[in-house]
Amino acid sequence: MKNALRSIVENYGKLSKPMTLITDDADLFAAGMDSLAMVNVMLAIEESFGIEFRDDLLNRASFSSISALEHAVRSSHTIVS
Amino acid sequence: MMDSGVLDTPLSRVVAVARAHAASVDSNGRFPAESIAAMREAGLLGALVPVALGGPGQSVAQMAAACYAVGKVCASSAMVLAMHHIQLACLVNHAGTGAWHRMFLGRVVQEGLLLASVTSEAGIGGNMRTSLCALQAGPTADRFLLEKRATAISYGAYADALLVTLRARPDSDASDQVLVVVPTLGADLQCTGGWDAMGMRGTCSEAFHLRSAGGMEQVLPVPFARIAADTMVPVSHLLWASLWAGIAADAIARAWSFLRQALRKAPGGALPPGASRLVGAVERLQMVEARINAALAHYAAAGAEPAASFAAATAINMLKTGASEICLEVVQEALMVCGFAGYSNAGPFSLSRHLRDITSARLMINNDRIRDNTARLLMLQPPILGVG
Repeated sequence: MKNALRSIVENYGKLSKPMTLITDDADLFAAGMDSLAMVNVMLAIEESFGIEFRDDLLNRASFSSISALEHAVRSSHTIVS
Repeated sequence: MMDSGVLDTPLSRVVAVARAHAASVDSNGRFPAESIAAMREAGLLGALVPVALGGPGQSVAQMAAACYAVGKVCASSAMVLAMHHIQLACLVNHAGTGAWHRMFLGRVVQEGLLLASVTSEAGIGGNMRTSLCALQAGPTADRFLLEKRATAISYGAYADALLVTLRARPDSDASDQVLVVVPTLGADLQCTGGWDAMGMRGTCSEAFHLRSAGGMEQVLPVPFARIAADTMVPVSHLLWASLWAGIAADAIARAWSFLRQALRKAPGGALPPGASRLVGAVERLQMVEARINAALAHYAAAGAEPAASFAAATAINMLKTGASEICLEVVQEALMVCGFAGYSNAGPFSLSRHLRDITSARLMINNDRIRDNTARLLMLQPPILGVG
């Protein structure tokens, strides 16, 4: 899952450093992700994993690192289609 | 509607002074020195400093009420008051336990230091969350040098200290910013551009070239990203919206007086054209005021991280964009009620200054820019709606 998340953040996170320099616990906001890039990251994750983020996880902390994103994804709802 | 000499509170004295000088401040485009001196004398400039640091520990809601009251009589004075308290709130919430900042906050209380904001910069395109300039290493590891070309520092020539955004280090990204307190005494602050604006003329928001040296203890210990999200943005929108509502409330008061005067001359006669517009204007301003009060209550309840949820961040953005437009509409409706008595630059029903001042509301952080951001953030989480 981490690799999929890293790929999404690389594509949509607008980071100013190569993804290889970003550790799982590195602060993505400090690495250049702004709130608008974060929206795209969230939408791409929801589409890719078929989930909807749980309401109480919609805060900056959930998007602050790859590890935090993984936790948020694992805690969120699967969309039943 | 003059207060007939009931000057029983420090705030009412400030309001009386601001009212007395409002026309001169506006027509000369000069700093409202008398109002600010009255605020200093009333202890209003240190009001947000906590009791533990020697201040009265007043709330943002109390400052909102002050901005509203002063906004009714002199919007420029109210804007200076609001901007000062936005900076003070950033210091109170984020300066931490460092001895330099605690001593500085004590001075704000004791001396009534006036704080100004230096977020604008030539070349960044109006986005305060990016900087070109960076904190440069000083002669020793505990010293810094800074240089910034600001496109506007409101009342920069009259401030006792500046809160300056810069990149944290020369190799930092544009958005990796810190906030630094720079006392103007000892700084090199050259005015590079004037301020001759349509309204808010007393804010004297001139361009400056700032150079200063200082100690690293003047740098706030948390990233500016957090300071902006948790304090600067929400407190700005709360205090600005409050003073804009004050401008609109005085426009309504003038329209109300105009109608009463017309009816007194012909009791039982028909209402002047546009009278029902007064009702619509009051309806709209009451909705803005209810929204501001709800947002103030939410801010007080949210504690240290008011913008922790995205829904809260979008709500505070929408307070700004909504209030700035509705308050402008309210003043325009009041103008329709007063007609040419309102269009006059002078007289008891003049709405010239109200209209020119409130026109700035949609522009100071352009509403189009904010709504573009809000629209995208709204895709994260649905808006907060509901009653009861």
